[in-house]
Amino acid sequence: MAELDINDAVMTTRLDAVVNWGRKNSLWPMPFGVACCAIEFMSMMSSKYDLARFGAEAMRFSPRQSDMMLILGTITNKMAPVLRTIYAQMAEPKWVISVGVCASSGGMYRTYATLQGVDRVIPVDVYVPGCPPRPESIIYGVMKLQEKIEKESLSMRKDHIARFYDSLARQESIQAEKGLTSQQTIREMLMDAGERGVGTIF
Amino acid sequence: MVIEHIDAQIPGAILDRHDFRGDQTIVVAKETLLALVDLLHGEGFQFLVDITAVDWPERPNIQGGGAAGRFDVVYHWLNLASQERLRVKVPVADGATVPTLTGRFKTADWFEREVFDLFGIRFEGHPNMKRLLTWDDFPGHALRKDFPLDGGDVFCMEGCTAPYNNGERGGE
Amino acid sequence: MDSIALSRQMLDGDKMIVNMGPSHPTTHGTLRIILELQGETITKATPEMGYLHRGVEKLGENLSYQQFIPLTDRLNYCSSIMNNVGYTTAVEKLLDIQIPKRAQQIRVLVSELARIADHLVCVGVNAVDIGAFTAFLYLFRQRETIYDLFEMAAGQRLHTSFTRIGGLFRDIPEGFVPLCERFLVECEESLDEMENLLSHNPIWHDRTKGIGAISAEDAVNWGYTGPCLRAAGVPQDLRKAQPYLGYETYDFDIPIGTTGDVFDRYLVRTEEMRQSLRIIRQVLDRLEPGPVMIDDPKVALPPKEKVYTRMESLIHHFKLIMHGMDMPVGEVYSATEAANGELGFYIVSDGGKNPYRIRVRPPCLPIFSSFEDQVKGGLIADAVAVLGAMNVIAGELDR
Repeated sequence: MAELDINDAVMTTRLDAVVNWGRKNSLWPMPFGVACCAIEFMSMMSSKYDLARFGAEAMRFSPRQSDMMLILGTITNKMAPVLRTIYAQMAEPKWVISVGVCASSGGMYRTYATLQGVDRVIPVDVYVPGCPPRPESIIYGVMKLQEKIEKESLSMRKDHIARFYDSLARQESIQAEKGLTSQQTIREMLMDAGERGVGTIF
Repeated sequence: MVIEHIDAQIPGAILDRHDFRGDQTIVVAKETLLALVDLLHGEGFQFLVDITAVDWPERPNIQGGGAAGRFDVVYHWLNLASQERLRVKVPVADGATVPTLTGRFKTADWFEREVFDLFGIRFEGHPNMKRLLTWDDFPGHALRKDFPLDGGDVFCMEGCTAPYNNGERGGE
Repeated sequence: MDSIALSRQMLDGDKMIVNMGPSHPTTHGTLRIILELQGETITKATPEMGYLHRGVEKLGENLSYQQFIPLTDRLNYCSSIMNNVGYTTAVEKLLDIQIPKRAQQIRVLVSELARIADHLVCVGVNAVDIGAFTAFLYLFRQRETIYDLFEMAAGQRLHTSFTRIGGLFRDIPEGFVPLCERFLVECEESLDEMENLLSHNPIWHDRTKGIGAISAEDAVNWGYTGPCLRAAGVPQDLRKAQPYLGYETYDFDIPIGTTGDVFDRYLVRTEEMRQSLRIIRQVLDRLEPGPVMIDDPKVALPPKEKVYTRMESLIHHFKLIMHGMDMPVGEVYSATEAANGELGFYIVSDGGKNPYRIRVRPPCLPIFSSFEDQVKGGLIADAVAVLGAMNVIAGELDR
């Protein structure tokens, strides 16, 4: 019978397991290289530490062609709207790894100019601490993301991504209404969030 | 030394001078700045190294120049032939302007924009007096002493909310 | 970003505005360049910066002199140690203290290693932008060895914070000198390989010769320093002109270019790497044993054994940490020859624990401000080559 002939060539599994397996082993990074962590990222991509063995060799600098954004470096208040625009342009499914303490929490720069953690403006999946983190740490972060992807469910669209797009719409309407620059709009949204006791603007 | 030259050519220009750790510094009023710059350019000080400013809010703020003012605009020059350095300080009051050096030195362009951005000192005659480091409608001037370090950012302060758990405070 | 909408209305049919950055594969670090194009020719280029402005100078006014050292690491992050050396040299000038001989020699050693590391990144990345990817991989292997050396000496690969006011954090360990000697040989070979790939390559010549040329007078007027100035023909190098850390005792040459174009800058950087290897060789030959920190309890923390056993050392330790050093009132400007040019620190002290004002004079700010002059009339591909050769590091540019 046909079933017996193809027995060795066919595996049965659940749909989400195989889809997640495919997704996690072919994460195409988009390196949002901004500062010093980008140099450690360059080290990681070169032969000594080699991210290519995780399937993440194809660095795509275009958000449309990648699914994992690595935020490498300090995100300042001037850069925050750019980061949001680029994140919005990525196609789903998309994940974010915030590499280094500057991206995760503002790092040592508790100043007027630095965004105190990138998770205040976009949703983050994995945080990799370090200043800068060693390439092994960043690879560990990618592996943690792979573990997280394994457990995801296909049907539920992620709530935080939906809320992000809502906040982007709100940002645009506030910007049009008050005639401010995008940086100042985000500042106002952050201050408003702080007053309400919430840590993020989405 | 160039300071003696300056004294000879533009008498009365130097309001104060000192020599600290080998650095020669002179203080001039902003009215004599352009004449001084022309003289220096002729003397071989053709390399403008740096323009910056220092905020002294305790000093009396005198409009229209004079020997005291809130800010000190500091210029550094280098003579490539003799490797001599010179620091020129120009006291400026809050709200007053300083003549621009972009006509003579192209390097002054962005340095002056940075001083405007961080201190609020305008340079008259500058072709593009816009902010450089912060965004266009940034409220205030960052390096003034009365501008707080966190700039009013609520999340810079201690005890701020962490965005874990999608923004809700943990443990409540 | 918001001014583009307005300018769109003013363009006629042939012109186009292209925005390079702030997130772009070839803007190494976050810069933004707004190019107005006629076909593929650039008619206007407006560079914008400030996307990595973190408020370092303001933060410096709230930290003590020692606490500022890690912040200096993150200025030019490709060659962090040179920023440490520049800053501590400035504070030592303010305090008017002399550091021990061995500390000076080791500072020269690690500075030159950092200079090689910076030039490796600059040349490698410049090559990658133009399309020559292999050179980058070969050069990065050497950078990993430099990281190993730094990690051995200071415990950290990239942001070492190796120097302290009055000397160094600690002495170099035993395995450092053999690894360094091995590095000298391997790096020389790597540079030969890279030059084989690039220096006589006709494609490299076509892409880099004549692009971004600048005359010596213009370079001086724009405030250029470092390899870009020397490529334009001006023999200005602070290590020779205003020597510090004992550079006058070492035997090395300064490569000078002629036209200041991208090819000359590449040649100047490559030759500087070879000269740095020469300096490192001389330092290793004459390294003498001795202390690496000044023996002044008002400036340097006393060694831990003394702190735990002697009363004055405990008090000195406490005073230094809690009250800071006794600083004179005054101001200094001190400049060192960093990988990109003259890195200057202007420190104003009012005698307190924290500096009253710290100003970092970034070497690449005047260079980047001349970008429009360099690329006007050229093609976009040339803009990319010029940007790579300028070696604009955003950490230093924006602070």
